[in-house]
Amino acid sequence: MRGASILKANDDKTRSLNKHTLMAFVGEAGDTVQFADYAQANIQLYSMRNNSELSPYEVSSFIRSELAKSLRSKNPYTVNLLLGGYDAIKQKPELFWIDYLASSAPVPYAAHGYAQYYCLSILDKHHHPDISFEQGMKLLRMCTDELKRRLPIDFKGVLVKVVNKDGVTLQEYPEGEQMYAP
Amino acid sequence: MNTLVARYSQPAAHTHAYNADEDSQQLIQDAAPQLSLNFALPPIASTAQWLRAMTDDHSNPNVPIKIAHGTTTLAFRFKGGIIVATDSRATAGNWIASQTVKKVIEINSALLGTMAGGAADCQYWLAYLGMQCRLHELRHKRRISVAAASKILANLVYSYKGMGLSMGTMCAGVTPTEGPALYYIDSDGTRLAGNLFCVGSGQTFAYGVLDAEYKYDMEEDEALELGRRSILAATHRDAYSGGFVNLYHVKEEGWVKHGFNDVNPQFWRYKLEKGEFSNVNAKLDETSGKV
Repeated sequence: MRGASILKANDDKTRSLNKHTLMAFVGEAGDTVQFADYAQANIQLYSMRNNSELSPYEVSSFIRSELAKSLRSKNPYTVNLLLGGYDAIKQKPELFWIDYLASSAPVPYAAHGYAQYYCLSILDKHHHPDISFEQGMKLLRMCTDELKRRLPIDFKGVLVKVVNKDGVTLQEYPEGEQMYAP
Repeated sequence: MNTLVARYSQPAAHTHAYNADEDSQQLIQDAAPQLSLNFALPPIASTAQWLRAMTDDHSNPNVPIKIAHGTTTLAFRFKGGIIVATDSRATAGNWIASQTVKKVIEINSALLGTMAGGAADCQYWLAYLGMQCRLHELRHKRRISVAAASKILANLVYSYKGMGLSMGTMCAGVTPTEGPALYYIDSDGTRLAGNLFCVGSGQTFAYGVLDAEYKYDMEEDEALELGRRSILAATHRDAYSGGFVNLYHVKEEGWVKHGFNDVNPQFWRYKLEKGEFSNVNAKLDETSGKV
């Protein structure tokens, strides 16, 4: 958004950092993509030099330290991130909530911005660590339905990507019906 | 003639105790002497501006007067009546002023009001609304409709618009003419009839849980449970909500109270028995709260 117009409705606000980690970003225009590309390039460079893939935790650690450096610079990145990945050694999915102040927290579910206010209470109630993929998608639908119902902004659909042991895939996600407050 | 014209030419909102619908002419004459509505004003040019300067802690965190704010309240209609639920925390800035506030005002045996926003404003004006409802009852020999009661309040706060009142309230009641009725009124002068409202700083969290599972055709126990769980969700995520869950059910025969229960044991019950709140890693025996 620049001014009051939508410039692109289906912008991909994610970057794959390596085979098993995906980063989603929101924040200041310009900063977001600059930082995401910078992080992506450096993580790939590290893997080439050292011939080893970084785990999601290691990636989060690198990103956090870059944000912490940036925070005290003359022109800090104003970017909030969600970092999702599958740790092939631990055989576990991991999620990190990272903000522009360089906080990083491992969490079972997360959101940034206004979505937090609407979705976290739903996730508090309906999330369980052992749910299936289908139940997970249902839970996501509950969240996007609530955003459609109550957020004063129309966010023109969502982009859904899945990270698992096989890597990152784009998930088909039908727009669904119009929601109205009861 | 002039006095007659003057009497009927002013907008309804400027007559404090104006009532909706029928008998309005009779009523304006009846409601003549107002009760304790003569407020002493400070000797300054613009009271409204002064009050804003003294209380708006959004623009200046060091204001001399911190108004008690922050709440979660909800009410929804379903086939068995209306559920009304609130938390019980009162905050003034970052200070928790009380954990045991009664935010549901029992206006009469079939009418409830909820408090959100300025605690003093809500308490005072809902008590005033209670008086007006009782006077209506005595004058007309029947109970006031929820529509009329909510309009008394809406017109009252509208007459003070821009002068710093802060309230978001709901009026819920069952009357023979209307059936179960629910109204939202706030200090901007908004008055809305509806099936489901959440009001206060924790509203979004309560909406999240409530919207996901709300159906008009719920059973009574289901509806009570959903109201309780929605308030609990808000007390968990909103720093300005907490304390106790205050639960009411308004039925045709009048309202029934379903307890004033501490949120802490309830939180642990949902976490340990149902596996909810999976983001919380603390163990029960590591917390100071006894359950």
